[in-house]
Amino acid sequence: MTGRAFRYLFLGAGAAVSIYPFVWMLATSLKALREASLYPLALVPEQWQWHNYADTLDAAPFATYFFNTFLTAIAVTLAVLLTSISAGYAFARLEFPFKATLFAILLATMMIPFEVVLIPNFIAITRLGWYDTYAALIVPWCASAFSIFLARQAFLGIPGEYYDAARIDGCGHLRFLARIAVPMARPTLIVIALFAFLGSYNALLWPLVVTGNESMRVVQVGLTVFATTDGVRVNLLMCAAVIVIVPTLGLYFLAQRYFFDASIGAGLKG
Amino acid sequence: MTRRTRDIPLAAALLFPSLAVLGGFALYPMVYAIVLGLYRYPRGGTPEFAGARNYLDLIQDPAFTDSVLVTGYYAVGTIVPSMALSFVLADALFRVKRLRSLLRTVFFLPYVTAVVASALIWRTLFEPTSGVVNALLDWAGIEGQAWLLEPRGVLNLLTNGWVDPSIGPSLALCCVIVFEIWRTTGFMTVLMLSGLASIPREYEEAARIDGAGGWRVARHVTLPLLSPVLFFIGIVSLIGSLQAFSSIYALTGGGSGPLNSTRTLTVFIFANFYEYQKIGYGSAAATLLCAGIALLTFVQWRLTRRRVHYS
Repeated sequence: MTGRAFRYLFLGAGAAVSIYPFVWMLATSLKALREASLYPLALVPEQWQWHNYADTLDAAPFATYFFNTFLTAIAVTLAVLLTSISAGYAFARLEFPFKATLFAILLATMMIPFEVVLIPNFIAITRLGWYDTYAALIVPWCASAFSIFLARQAFLGIPGEYYDAARIDGCGHLRFLARIAVPMARPTLIVIALFAFLGSYNALLWPLVVTGNESMRVVQVGLTVFATTDGVRVNLLMCAAVIVIVPTLGLYFLAQRYFFDASIGAGLKG
Repeated sequence: MTRRTRDIPLAAALLFPSLAVLGGFALYPMVYAIVLGLYRYPRGGTPEFAGARNYLDLIQDPAFTDSVLVTGYYAVGTIVPSMALSFVLADALFRVKRLRSLLRTVFFLPYVTAVVASALIWRTLFEPTSGVVNALLDWAGIEGQAWLLEPRGVLNLLTNGWVDPSIGPSLALCCVIVFEIWRTTGFMTVLMLSGLASIPREYEEAARIDGAGGWRVARHVTLPLLSPVLFFIGIVSLIGSLQAFSSIYALTGGGSGPLNSTRTLTVFIFANFYEYQKIGYGSAAATLLCAGIALLTFVQWRLTRRRVHYS
């Protein structure tokens, strides 16, 4: 019936709108500047200007930006994994006084918007002498209340019998955690890692505020600076956008099913 | 040792790193921000206690009240259309058999892309002289616009100058809104799709057998059943849009936009702190934003418990 045809038409239009800016970005990144400004509608370049990419990398130190971003993002991801696993396990399996109170306070920090701690954190970073250092980019993000919560839920989902059996075999908490709990919680830990990596990779406001020197600039800040300094060279700007988008898209296609969960987590956090 | 105390040393060791980071970079600065908001920081001078003066100045400062208004336009302008669109998309997606997962992947692309990069694509699309949007209008014989550089209100432009240009959202703000709708609709569609998959089908079938048409089924059966999901998406999006920064900053090259017409609360806080070094004033505004978000979270918590229940 026409209902079905209409549905596909509608969905197709939605898909086209979703994907068009990316196709256009790719096309523009391969056009000569004259063509890009005069004929923006054409989706196939007259002559494919592959050297645009080399020109972009020459125009701004993207290699440095990427080094800074990846160093930061990988360090943050590893740290978040460590803190979420350890704190999540403590809340799930250990008994200690004020456990419920501590957990409630922890959950409350999830609701603190980043804007409100921006200024105090900036002041703290400068007082610590961390302005323009990797420590400023990494340390404040080394723990996430939401990730601790996710890890705790995953550890709570492991039946208590596993732990009892391990204990009878003389296995302590740390060995149980490393050998049994962490492998069993793997899907959740992947989501936590993706979530931490993407958050760090995409961050703009914080790196913008705590770094000034070009040598400490991360990719997202570098890209906005490039848009101001070289924005008129539309084709190169689109090359830069492609370069920045590719790593996340690669991750997206590799780990798609975890992405939905991680994004819902990101949405939850606002 | 008893069971309650035996674990203490291990628990302390496991919890210490997380508590140090979250305490030091979230809880403590939260309290510190409230304190900062009570002080004035004259450039080069010593801080002086100002009490509620920052707050009293804020509510009389047109720059602040305008930014609240801009935030309101932005939030409503992005959430309502993208929720409506995503419901229709999810409903259609739910009924098709083939291509569903491919379409889902495509719809999700704008949301997973680094937001600064996708904002720069749109900034180039809206570019007045070499952008796609004006080229399309030109092709159709319509006069181009300045889009992201246009501070005049859309109502002014649509009514040919009859409405005052300062009334309503500016065209630049509408471009920011269009971008945000493009970015978030796919994400919402995926959320709604999982919501649709979780509601029972029998009610819809019963309504259809009773002769209800597509729209009436959607209006009286599907939407009410989906209301917890809709409510969740709405409030999470609202909290998210109160905190939007990266996209606005990248789209307008600094966030404030033409005649400050895209300056949301977040951009206002950022500008006061980063550009004008008004630490106390910015912190007071940030505290108000935080209070607003806390209130919304509380409302969400109360309403999810009480109103949105159909089981």
